[in-house]
Amino acid sequence: MADPEIKSYEPYRESQSEAVTESRPVRVAAMAVAFAFLAIFLLLPLIVVFNESFAKGTSAYTEALASPDTRSAIRLTLLVAAISVPLNAVFGISAAWAIAKFEFKGKAFLTTLIDLPFSVSPVISGLVYVLLFGAQGLLGEWLKAHGIVILFAVPGIVLATIFVTFPFVARELIPLMQEQGSGDEEAALSLGANGWQAFWYVTLPNVKWGLLYGVLLCNARAMGEFGAVSVVSGHIRGLTNTMPLHVEILYNEYNAVGAFAVASLLAGLALVTLVLKTLLEMRYGAEIAATRGH
Amino acid sequence: MNTAPAKAGWRFRQPSVIPGFGLTLGFSLAYLTLIILIPLSGLVWRSAALGWTDFWAIAVDRRTLNALKISFGTAFLAAAVNVVFGTIVAWVLVRYRFPGRRIADAMVDLPFALPTAVAGIALTTLYAPNGWIGQLLMPLGIKVAYTPLGIVVALVFIGLPFVVRTVQPIMEEIDKEVEEAAASLGASRFQIITRVLFPGLAPAIVTGFSLAFARGVGEYGSVIFIAGNLPFKSEIAPLLIVIRLEEYNYAAATAIAAIMLALSFLMLLVINLVQSWSRKRYG
Repeated sequence: MADPEIKSYEPYRESQSEAVTESRPVRVAAMAVAFAFLAIFLLLPLIVVFNESFAKGTSAYTEALASPDTRSAIRLTLLVAAISVPLNAVFGISAAWAIAKFEFKGKAFLTTLIDLPFSVSPVISGLVYVLLFGAQGLLGEWLKAHGIVILFAVPGIVLATIFVTFPFVARELIPLMQEQGSGDEEAALSLGANGWQAFWYVTLPNVKWGLLYGVLLCNARAMGEFGAVSVVSGHIRGLTNTMPLHVEILYNEYNAVGAFAVASLLAGLALVTLVLKTLLEMRYGAEIAATRGH
Repeated sequence: MNTAPAKAGWRFRQPSVIPGFGLTLGFSLAYLTLIILIPLSGLVWRSAALGWTDFWAIAVDRRTLNALKISFGTAFLAAAVNVVFGTIVAWVLVRYRFPGRRIADAMVDLPFALPTAVAGIALTTLYAPNGWIGQLLMPLGIKVAYTPLGIVVALVFIGLPFVVRTVQPIMEEIDKEVEEAAASLGASRFQIITRVLFPGLAPAIVTGFSLAFARGVGEYGSVIFIAGNLPFKSEIAPLLIVIRLEEYNYAAATAIAAIMLALSFLMLLVINLVQSWSRKRYG
């Protein structure tokens, strides 16, 4: 460890001395490769989405978005996100409280289990619910006898969405709350606060930006999920079609403007998510978890 | 709840003044069990119920084998491409200062935020024979859309942030003094990068590779549009699961899913071993 007092006399430098950076041609070449790669793989697809959706003019674009099927797809996507995101947020807070504030056996294993949905293919995430609730499924007969419809209906779509977005909030909050420790809560409790008060007035304000960050990522995935939802939805137009599924239907019908118009809304959502995410990182970087996978 | 543990010295949890352990752990476990564990064990149970001969027949079916080969092969290639370019991108973002760096950095997360179906139709339009990039490749005799190469392109898009975001924080932590020491001892820039910096980055690069690979194997939304989906040629395993499901062939869908899960876990295990080895070797 360097002595901090000595270090503070040294002016901060970017250290661009020739010894510890590449020669100018190498730098230029590396930047050219990086920019070309980002432009081809990230920027161009984004431009194509907006270019194609306005290929036949603004009126064709607005007309495509005004169709009843598109509007019901938008409503369904909003509904599914409005149910699944808050549930996963409550789970994330609860799991982070248990894992970060206490020491107990099997904690590491529990943390691994929470991340499990990330290593499962979206199609398999949908498949497991078909095996459970489908006509040939384990609970299929029972559900049919009681007139409960889960598969090829909104509940199935919500379940599949919850499955794929399950870890998002928890994995933001767990490292953040672990880093913060429980000193603040202990102080609040010793001053006479009860558990709920300690949570509402101490913990929640401490983690609010991290929570918002997790919710933001969770929401983006919830609204954009395709594979899992595709397996359980049944693709009934106007009823069980979410926006991403509607994009597929329109695209397969060679309705490019329609497909890209709906896609442009989803791309807009992605851009807003990225901007908010970047702002949160810039403004509250220290108050969001130090470790950031995705 | 507050009864003393039966054996002294073994406690399920350490004592704490913070309340809410039972409530939060209980709710978390219940939710985890209902949403994740029961459905996943249903898959395991169903494939176990298949019996070995049926399971084996599905596993060695030529179409299944081809789909698995295509999924794992294209995911491997795409992850390899991402390791090379993702590391360069991370290096440029960490080490060089240029206008628009913040925007370029934020853009890297686009594949996380953009719905896969949107990526799929956008990439297909770009690489179709009459698309912006497809047009340029056509005279060279390279067909991307509706071929296995298209699958690789989609998986490169999907996997890029996994590599960059794993390697980037480790690069930021590199102590410049180590490089300065190496330089002062007469090492060339190339030697410093390959002999001093690379060993430190290797575990992160392996992790990034494995994350991109794992994601690529399971990817569905972006691939099905660009792949062409020809059986034996460009049909990925997740698509074959969907096709079997649509045929109401639950047994085959379950078996393929179980094989995919088993292979993915096996692969992650191997990569974890490689990682701990490289940490010991270079760490």
